Amino acid sequence: MVELTLPKNSVVGKGKHFPAPEGAKKVKTFRVYRYDPETGQNPRWDTYDVAVDQCGPMVLDAIIHIKNTMDPSLTFRRSCREGVCGSCAMNIGGRNTLACTHAWEDTPGAVVQISPLPHQPVIKDLVPDLTQFFAQYAEIEPWLHTDTPAPEKEWKQSIEDRSKLDGLYECILCACCSTSCPSYWWNSEKFMGPAALLHAYRWLIDSRDEATGERLDALEDPFKLYRCHTIMNCAQVCPKGLNPAKAIAEIKKMMAERLI
Amino acid sequence: MSGFRTDHSRARGLGAAKHGAGHWIGERVSAIALAPLSLWAIYAVLWLARADFYTASAWLGNPLNAVLVSLLLLTAFWHMHAGMRVIVEDYIHTTFSKAVLLVLNLFVCVLVGGLGLFAVLKVALSGGVF
Repeated sequence: MVELTLPKNSVVGKGKHFPAPEGAKKVKTFRVYRYDPETGQNPRWDTYDVAVDQCGPMVLDAIIHIKNTMDPSLTFRRSCREGVCGSCAMNIGGRNTLACTHAWEDTPGAVVQISPLPHQPVIKDLVPDLTQFFAQYAEIEPWLHTDTPAPEKEWKQSIEDRSKLDGLYECILCACCSTSCPSYWWNSEKFMGPAALLHAYRWLIDSRDEATGERLDALEDPFKLYRCHTIMNCAQVCPKGLNPAKAIAEIKKMMAERLI
Repeated sequence: MSGFRTDHSRARGLGAAKHGAGHWIGERVSAIALAPLSLWAIYAVLWLARADFYTASAWLGNPLNAVLVSLLLLTAFWHMHAGMRVIVEDYIHTTFSKAVLLVLNLFVCVLVGGLGLFAVLKVALSGGVF
């Protein structure tokens, strides 16, 4: 739904300021979005003057440092801390990325501003509700569909056909792409979003899959697929360097190919 | 708000409309057609700007010119209808206002395109003589 202004209960107010501990050699200010549903209050921006000489180089290092030493109430998701799990996706300096692979020094401006992934319901602080995102991923049925009885050993695939999955299978479903996409912001309940469509294409071009036609049928829709207007935010923000926009363009080409 | 719907049911919604590819191809094919037609139209308008009324009428009486101008109008309004439809679908979310705007878009494009086409045919078929 297009909303050009924030609803009343989402307007972000000014929050608390946490000064750096005495004797800090190098200080960097982090402005972090805070929201606690239990207080019934509007979200707020808390600022933390972090002694960055005492923590690691990544934004995740800094917010873990904040949680450990300054404010234990700060809530965020994280797990692998090396860009494999996709848990710590958030908006850092106005750009969706993984906190664990993004150095705070690389953020432009004096203050590092951190907010949850845009245009998703917020559960608490930096934790967005990605229920719909994952339901849409399940919708593309991300597994091999076959009618031929399973072979004794394995489904064979040539080296050349396997290489077609490169640039697709690496997706970790962090949701940076989908939540950076204006088409997804306006129509997320109907548009599948770049992540789900990249995975859809991963199965569409898998030489072992036997349901290509059914998969295309399920996507041929003005909204599910064709809301993509090649804005390219998805490719720009993908922390794994993938190009969902290209995958979507390839699906559109397959749709056209079966018409002519 | 139907609170007890499952995530799957929400994500599936009403299912795929099973159309969209034709619209997508149509937008691109009309854009390809409009590129040379528009360049030709710019050239023609610059030339006509220096012509008097009778020369201009006679110019439109030429079958090639009349057909090209008609095609330009048909393609441009068809393309405009397709593009405006996408904008309405992007930004308007209540079914009623969306339906109203989509119908309005169709009517305006057909009306304006029809008026233009009739004007061209009137001049062309009168042989440039009034």
